[in-house]
Amino acid sequence: MSEELIFEIAVSFFLVAAGVFGLVGSFGLVKLPDLMRRLHGPTKSTTLGVGSVLIAAMIYSYGWNGEIVAHQLLITVFLLLTAPITANFLAKVYMHRHVAKEDLPDASGDHGWSGYDTVPEEMKKIDTK
Amino acid sequence: MAYTVGPKYLPHPQLTLLLTVVWLMLNNTITLGNILLGLILGLVIPIITRPYWQSKPVIRSRGRFLGYMFVVLWDIVVANVVVAYTILFKSNAKMKSGWVAVPLELTQPEAITILAGTITMTPGTVTAMLAADGHTLLIHYLDAPDPASVRDEIKSRYERRLLEIFE
Repeated sequence: MSEELIFEIAVSFFLVAAGVFGLVGSFGLVKLPDLMRRLHGPTKSTTLGVGSVLIAAMIYSYGWNGEIVAHQLLITVFLLLTAPITANFLAKVYMHRHVAKEDLPDASGDHGWSGYDTVPEEMKKIDTK
Repeated sequence: MAYTVGPKYLPHPQLTLLLTVVWLMLNNTITLGNILLGLILGLVIPIITRPYWQSKPVIRSRGRFLGYMFVVLWDIVVANVVVAYTILFKSNAKMKSGWVAVPLELTQPEAITILAGTITMTPGTVTAMLAADGHTLLIHYLDAPDPASVRDEIKSRYERRLLEIFE
């Protein structure tokens, strides 16, 4: 097997994987019934989908142009860092508007959840707002 | 645990280094001008953001931290297959979704942030909220036989490792 063929197979594999995960993640958005469940699709499948495209791009630029490009790696890192935070913000806004405090399990401490209850100012070791 | 933070003009030396390296990676070239510009950014940004980040976590073992990163990366791949299977082959009615509260032993804000991010990126769970006193995480799971199994897996697989790294 020539070297070029190996690179081609690797790039194709990651592109197909990216397509499949992206499609499944988007299908999840359509199929699942409520926002909290819909969040599971984009946070996971779509992240890995975009990640796979970036890996394919890295292999391509190394295999055909012989250069290592750092941009794809950076995009992957930024994506992995920001996806959970976006999901958390979406969840908080949704809960604020549609989820009653009584539907949630109890927080094990003396105080409730940060979106519903507050703690005395002097106890705030962590800013939960 | 002891929080330590550097002097006023250099609050986070590692952050300075990281920002410089990221700047060089963004430009994809290493020249003297870019190194200087990266260093200026790396020095100025930590000073500007110092009011928001006044303490610094103590990492006990860098090797274990690297190991944790690989565990999480692997789990992200597994998570995708699991969630893809659930989305494609389980009817909405058969999915058992719900909330679970996970009591935390971690106390450092940075460690809790890493745990919360890990939970969102791994099999069928999304971190939704932190308790007002910072001792419990609220998690939503997509499909699990019961809440206790989700809680126990998070505690044994991720929190135990983070406890070894941070506290």
